[in-house]
Amino acid sequence: MPTSFFTGTDYALSLPMILLSLFGLGVLIIDLMLPAEWKRWNAITALIGLGFSTAAVMRIQLGHFADGRPLVGSFAYLSNVGGQVVGSVLMDGFSIYFFYLFLLGAAIAILMSAHYLEIEHEHHGEFYALILFSVVGMMCMASGYDLVLLFIGLELMAISTYVLVGFLRRDKRSNEAALKYLLLGAFSSGIFAYGLSLLYGLSGSTNLQVIAQALQRHYSANPKDPIAIVAMITTATGLLFKVAAVPFHQWAPDAYEGAPTSVTGYMSVAVKSAAWAMLLRIFLWGLYPLRPVYLPLLVFVSVATMTVGNFAALSQNNLKRLLAYSSISHVGYMLLGLIASDNITNKTGIQGILVYLLVYTFMNLGAFAVVTSLRRRDIIGDEIDDIAGLYSKAPTEAVLMLLFLLSLAGIPPLAGFYGKYFIFLSLIQTQHYVLASLAVLYAVLGLYYYMRIGSAMFMRPATDPEPVAISPGMQVALAVTAIGTVGIGILPEFFIRAAGWSLGIQQAGTSLLGFLR
Amino acid sequence: MLHLALFSFFGAICVAGAINLLAQRHPINSALSLIVVMGSLAVEFMLLGAEFVAVIQVIIYAGAIMVLFVFTIMLLNAGEEERSAGSRIAVLLGVPALLILMGLVAWVLIRQNPASGTVAAGALPGTPPEIGRLLFRDFLLPFEITSVLILIAIMGAVVLARKEH
Repeated sequence: MPTSFFTGTDYALSLPMILLSLFGLGVLIIDLMLPAEWKRWNAITALIGLGFSTAAVMRIQLGHFADGRPLVGSFAYLSNVGGQVVGSVLMDGFSIYFFYLFLLGAAIAILMSAHYLEIEHEHHGEFYALILFSVVGMMCMASGYDLVLLFIGLELMAISTYVLVGFLRRDKRSNEAALKYLLLGAFSSGIFAYGLSLLYGLSGSTNLQVIAQALQRHYSANPKDPIAIVAMITTATGLLFKVAAVPFHQWAPDAYEGAPTSVTGYMSVAVKSAAWAMLLRIFLWGLYPLRPVYLPLLVFVSVATMTVGNFAALSQNNLKRLLAYSSISHVGYMLLGLIASDNITNKTGIQGILVYLLVYTFMNLGAFAVVTSLRRRDIIGDEIDDIAGLYSKAPTEAVLMLLFLLSLAGIPPLAGFYGKYFIFLSLIQTQHYVLASLAVLYAVLGLYYYMRIGSAMFMRPATDPEPVAISPGMQVALAVTAIGTVGIGILPEFFIRAAGWSLGIQQAGTSLLGFLR
Repeated sequence: MLHLALFSFFGAICVAGAINLLAQRHPINSALSLIVVMGSLAVEFMLLGAEFVAVIQVIIYAGAIMVLFVFTIMLLNAGEEERSAGSRIAVLLGVPALLILMGLVAWVLIRQNPASGTVAAGALPGTPPEIGRLLFRDFLLPFEITSVLILIAIMGAVVLARKEH
């Protein structure tokens, strides 16, 4: 244990978060000096901040990871081999993979937001500062190896998101969504904290590794230890609430519908990825000894999530609500990966979840970018009727939207297919044939509601004459998401390897997907 | 024995204060009952041998935060709250569910092997130097992130309450 309180390693490993906080503060100060028509510079400052933070993550990845030697600081640890970790931060491949994911989601969300906020007359610098600070919270959630840091990161992200959801002050729906999200979010955080306090009581430590060892002892002494089960259930409830799994999903459609559209996109990818990072970290690292106990629970939740998500999406007429239910159903598929894989004997499912989250970032943000651009003067633009006839107004955008929808449905040449492919593969490998066939059936059901949007865009006439204009920022966002969606579909190798690397999978030259290409 | 009696006594006061907090109609009365809750919690911490936490509890919760609460209530000149007719189902389902949950947790805690769950008072580290060392070394990052958390909470309040232009 080093005697100094803040070492060079600590500095290097927390640099991405430090930079983001500094740029967040910078945006807040610069905003005061900018005249109203220059507010776009806030977005540019925030993007520069994300760029610097990305560089800091790359420095960790390239500078320290290659030699495989663990680095030990006072509170931050870098390791790609595992071993005893006693600090609050664990920087491993898993953390770094998620860091890139958050930075990517935040950058695309900022590109989508600038023009949208101008139309809403709510273009304030605080918006971008809140996005940057929420990324800091997400980074704590992905790299936290200690319940205290995980919880504080979760709250930092959640409170930023509550404010972002209510950012459109003049819009009653936005206010209502923010209030609902705040109340239910605070309630779930309370349950989660209760679970964490029981875990601390069981182990006498807030460190995930010590907790896992203590749970192992409890489990081998008494597999039905009631306190361990209560701790697991309350912790799991909090986590499943944050990823919006059924039966803890009711907040999602309301919050998604009322939030500013670009924030909805951001919530559905980056915020959700962060919740997934924490869920995987706790389930696979901290609660691993209780795996036989939590598996039946997860099976129930994932089947319920797929069922409710898919069936509720069928009857939605609001685009944001429809995508909210579709995002709930995607959580159901991802949970299947966690059921199949335990990250020790079988890693395919976890790798599938990581690939899925990456792919989902591109395709879902792309779909939300198109919905965001439907917001025009005097038109709210989030009903299916508003997207009708998009092909005659903006053919490129309509074709891109179709690409995103097909990818969300999991049609083979596109990225979405690989997310589902790995999940289903892991289910087959671990002989969960019933779950696998159920998931395939639900995936077919998904095609119906995605194609409802598609048919409205191409087959129906426009309901209003107002043209759809695409701002430069939105063009970049659409280009990036489209390239991601198609690119991962055509060249999946690199991204699958990245996900495998982050889990420390030894990868030979031969590819898992060799037979597909 | 005296220790146990004191502990149960202040525990009962704490619970009574919490129930009174909910039952009172005037916000000031609720705030004052919250002070009772905080104060008796501080005594409980003291009895458990966590002097530092007890002092912090008095200074921060019973002191600083309650002053803010009372100030806000007085500034807003909040009157008596209006009761809406509570939902029948909530009472019929909620109260038994709460009782079942509490009974379940109590049963679980009592059934635990008591030997594994007892610690002598004062055996756990809790002195200011130890807390300081933990706070500024092992938990330095959460500590610093908390300041960001407070910042965005203030900023969020300002954003949501700003004036229309």
